[in-house]
Amino acid sequence: MHSKSTHDIAASFSRRGVLAATAGLMLGLASISSAKAADDTIKVGVLHSLSGTMAISETTLKDTILFLIDEQNKKGGVNGKKLEAVVVDPASNWPLFAEKARELITKDKVAVVFGCWTSVSRKSVLPVFKELNSILFYPVQYEGEESERNVFYTGAAPNQQAIPAVDYLMKDEKVKRWVLAGTDYVYPRTTNKILEAYLKSKGVAQEDIMINYTPFGHSDWQTIVADIKKFGSAGKKTAVVSTINGDANVPFYKELGNQGIKAKDIPVVAFSVGEEELAGIDTKPLLGHLAAWNYFQSIKSPENEKFIKAWQTYTKNPKRVTNDPMEAHVIGFDMWVKAVEKVKSTDPDKVIDALPGIEAKNLTGGTSKMLPNHHITKPVFIGEIKANGQFDVVWKTPGLVAGDAWSKELDGSKDLVGDWVGKKCGNFNTKTNKCLGSGS
Amino acid sequence: MPANLSARFCSLLLSLFLIAFALPAFAGPFEDAVAKFANDDFSDTDEAIGAVASSGNKLAFPIISALQDGRLMADPDSKKVYVTGADGKSIDAATGESVASVPDSASAVRLNNRLRRSVDAAIGSLTLQSPDVGTRLQAAQSVFKSHDETALEAVDGALAKETNKSVKAALGDARAAILLFKPDTAEVEKLEAVATIKARGDQEALALLTGMGDQPASVTKAAASAIGSIQSSLAVWSTVQNAWYGLSLGSVLLLAAIGLAITFGVMGVINMAHGEMVMIGAYVTFVVQDVIRTRYPGLFDYSLLIAVPLAFIVAGALGVLIERSIIRFLYGRPLETLLATWGLSLVLQQAVRTMFGPTNREVGNPSWMSGAFELGQITITYNRLWILVFTLAVFVILLAMLRYTALGLEMRAVTQNRRMAASMGIATSRVDALTFGLGSGIAGIAGVALSQIDNVSPNLGQSYIIDSFMVVVFGGVGNLWGTLVGAFTLGIANKFLEPVAGAVLGKIAILVLIILFIQKRPRGLFALKGRAVEA
Repeated sequence: MHSKSTHDIAASFSRRGVLAATAGLMLGLASISSAKAADDTIKVGVLHSLSGTMAISETTLKDTILFLIDEQNKKGGVNGKKLEAVVVDPASNWPLFAEKARELITKDKVAVVFGCWTSVSRKSVLPVFKELNSILFYPVQYEGEESERNVFYTGAAPNQQAIPAVDYLMKDEKVKRWVLAGTDYVYPRTTNKILEAYLKSKGVAQEDIMINYTPFGHSDWQTIVADIKKFGSAGKKTAVVSTINGDANVPFYKELGNQGIKAKDIPVVAFSVGEEELAGIDTKPLLGHLAAWNYFQSIKSPENEKFIKAWQTYTKNPKRVTNDPMEAHVIGFDMWVKAVEKVKSTDPDKVIDALPGIEAKNLTGGTSKMLPNHHITKPVFIGEIKANGQFDVVWKTPGLVAGDAWSKELDGSKDLVGDWVGKKCGNFNTKTNKCLGSGS
Repeated sequence: MPANLSARFCSLLLSLFLIAFALPAFAGPFEDAVAKFANDDFSDTDEAIGAVASSGNKLAFPIISALQDGRLMADPDSKKVYVTGADGKSIDAATGESVASVPDSASAVRLNNRLRRSVDAAIGSLTLQSPDVGTRLQAAQSVFKSHDETALEAVDGALAKETNKSVKAALGDARAAILLFKPDTAEVEKLEAVATIKARGDQEALALLTGMGDQPASVTKAAASAIGSIQSSLAVWSTVQNAWYGLSLGSVLLLAAIGLAITFGVMGVINMAHGEMVMIGAYVTFVVQDVIRTRYPGLFDYSLLIAVPLAFIVAGALGVLIERSIIRFLYGRPLETLLATWGLSLVLQQAVRTMFGPTNREVGNPSWMSGAFELGQITITYNRLWILVFTLAVFVILLAMLRYTALGLEMRAVTQNRRMAASMGIATSRVDALTFGLGSGIAGIAGVALSQIDNVSPNLGQSYIIDSFMVVVFGGVGNLWGTLVGAFTLGIANKFLEPVAGAVLGKIAILVLIILFIQKRPRGLFALKGRAVEA
């Protein structure tokens, strides 16, 4: 969902050609070595940016898949075959994502691809996966409004992150006034549209909602923080719901801290700030600000403790943090392995049909299930930032929440469901009983 | 057997006696409340805070302040609660008796935001008569915020004894706030309270008056007029605030652009790797702080002062290296320079990414750069203020260097007329290298300052390169004063547009305005005249 290609818009006119050429050259060289392999392995594609603006988030996910493959091979691989990773670097360049995906599927003949972070990169590879009929596991929380046959969404849909977070603030903090602050692109805009509709359905007046968008990599937050402070001084409890993108968060939180806005006055609940992002901030002024995720490193469960230990041993870094998209990959990888073992084949059609209904343990002590709409069930946690950069869980949903591909809050999508088992359709309209197909 | 029976009876009696004796010691309301801390339930903890704070027990303050600092330990098994002190000694929270050690199964009582507010309110009412002026002021302010009517008595008591003027005023405000929210206050008193709060005139006063709920008609009317007058005075302040934010943004733009004003402005090299020099300066700061944190934690407040010369040297040396190995072969070929430096910027980014990892690195603010102070109704943060001062200092030093030193003279000579300068005996290629090094070094210094307000990541430089070029071109290529005026103009214009148009549209509007301006004046605000233009 994040898209950190910030200034490229302005810069790319003159630079795009050079960038693509350079990056393409470097990556072409990098992937040649891993291209040749024996037939007695199953190849797993890893499509995460290792350079460019998105490397900050995606490098960890590449390591996660390599780690999971390593663990699986120690157990004897899948169906008697060892797994082999094919890593490519799409270099935070959206068109290059599609090229690299095509290369993985046609040249390297991978059985499955784990990859993408930003929605725009996912949208860019979608046609490739459809055309060549392969499988993509997408591990990041996103704006929803999508259900594709070839994609399995292991991150949170808006109803698995944004809505529960707002519910928590409404009930526990008695918040009456809302600032929806986000970076200006598709994920925050769609999420905020959903949240605005949801808040209004709960009786929040228009004048109690302030929506604010900032450009990518925004670093001068003085005016906006002052505006938030002003908006918050209307005598009603105010909270900020932040869909501000990773990189812009550090200066935002610094400005909040410096202007003396404490979490106990105006709490900020963020959907894109996790353990990795906090690693770059002095967290003392942030004490008490919130984040909503489906996983926190600090959650105590035997599965999680085992995973963290194995991960830190694998990366040879006892301080290496874990985060939510990593857990999504853990679940997705496990589900894929189970599906392949169930149908004893890596044939995409068989695996796609086998996946819905497959269950896999998540790291927080529950069992997630792949749904017919290709989303999964997840618990939702609200965590408060602690001084050590970790989160203290202050609230969680009683059970697992099923991911909605189509938001129930928006007029355009409330009648739609994704069902790849019964209806064989990603956008089935329950009112008209018709499948809209790929036209919409 | 009778003996046996009587023995049993005795033991029964004894245990009954023990229970009866023990009960008052363990089951008073205060002890009950304290035991609730051990339930690890936010609602129970909230009740416990209220009960302990209003108990009048002398242990109330130690317990609540321990809770605030995470020193209140609770054992979920035995339901016992302990206060641990900074000196390592612990007491039983219910009885006040000291205990040898806190059991391992005990963990700190957890708080959330709602509870932190309760704790603040409780601490406020408990420390209203503290001997320390700062504590009393803070206490009065937190009572003002919570305006909990149970604190009224304590406020009145403190008000009678208070001698410090500002604390007294804060207590008066707190009292007014309580009276306003207390349902059974007389109308006259409420009107007085509205007047007191109106005199405060800040956003918190506004929040209080707008959120006071149902009131008698006269009070509502007075409050409405008070709100009106506060709002109009705040509107004036917000203009001042925008101007300050504009200056602050301008200083950041100037800082980022000032190195480019040398390499691009004076030398004419389209240096796309300028941003990466800024980034390298930021990473130097990170390394300096890292060393200080592990070896000399006491020096942390001086970390930036140490980082500034180091960043200048590292970035400057790299600049000289780049000029000698790449740029000097490309003079007079702007397109090739652009491509080469752009490639170089990618190489530098990836090099840093490989060395330091792709994630952000933590650079802390020294204590003198954290926080803010209030000037009238605007908040001025120290880090922005220091960056403004620092930028102006760098600008003045650079200007003086170009004007009064031999190197500055040579630089100006070479850039104005290279062949003439060469024939006067100036080693032009050495001057080129030093000029490029100077520009890069200043970019490095900028990185030290920008590390205080932005991410330290390999992408840091990219965020500033466009803005830097914009400032230099707008201000007029080759003119340092132009860069200064350009940066502040853009900063202030941006900050006055932002509240109206939003951050995204504001930025677009600025770009459009610059394009129109450049159409009219292709050489920027301060165009160089004379022979230099032709060179």
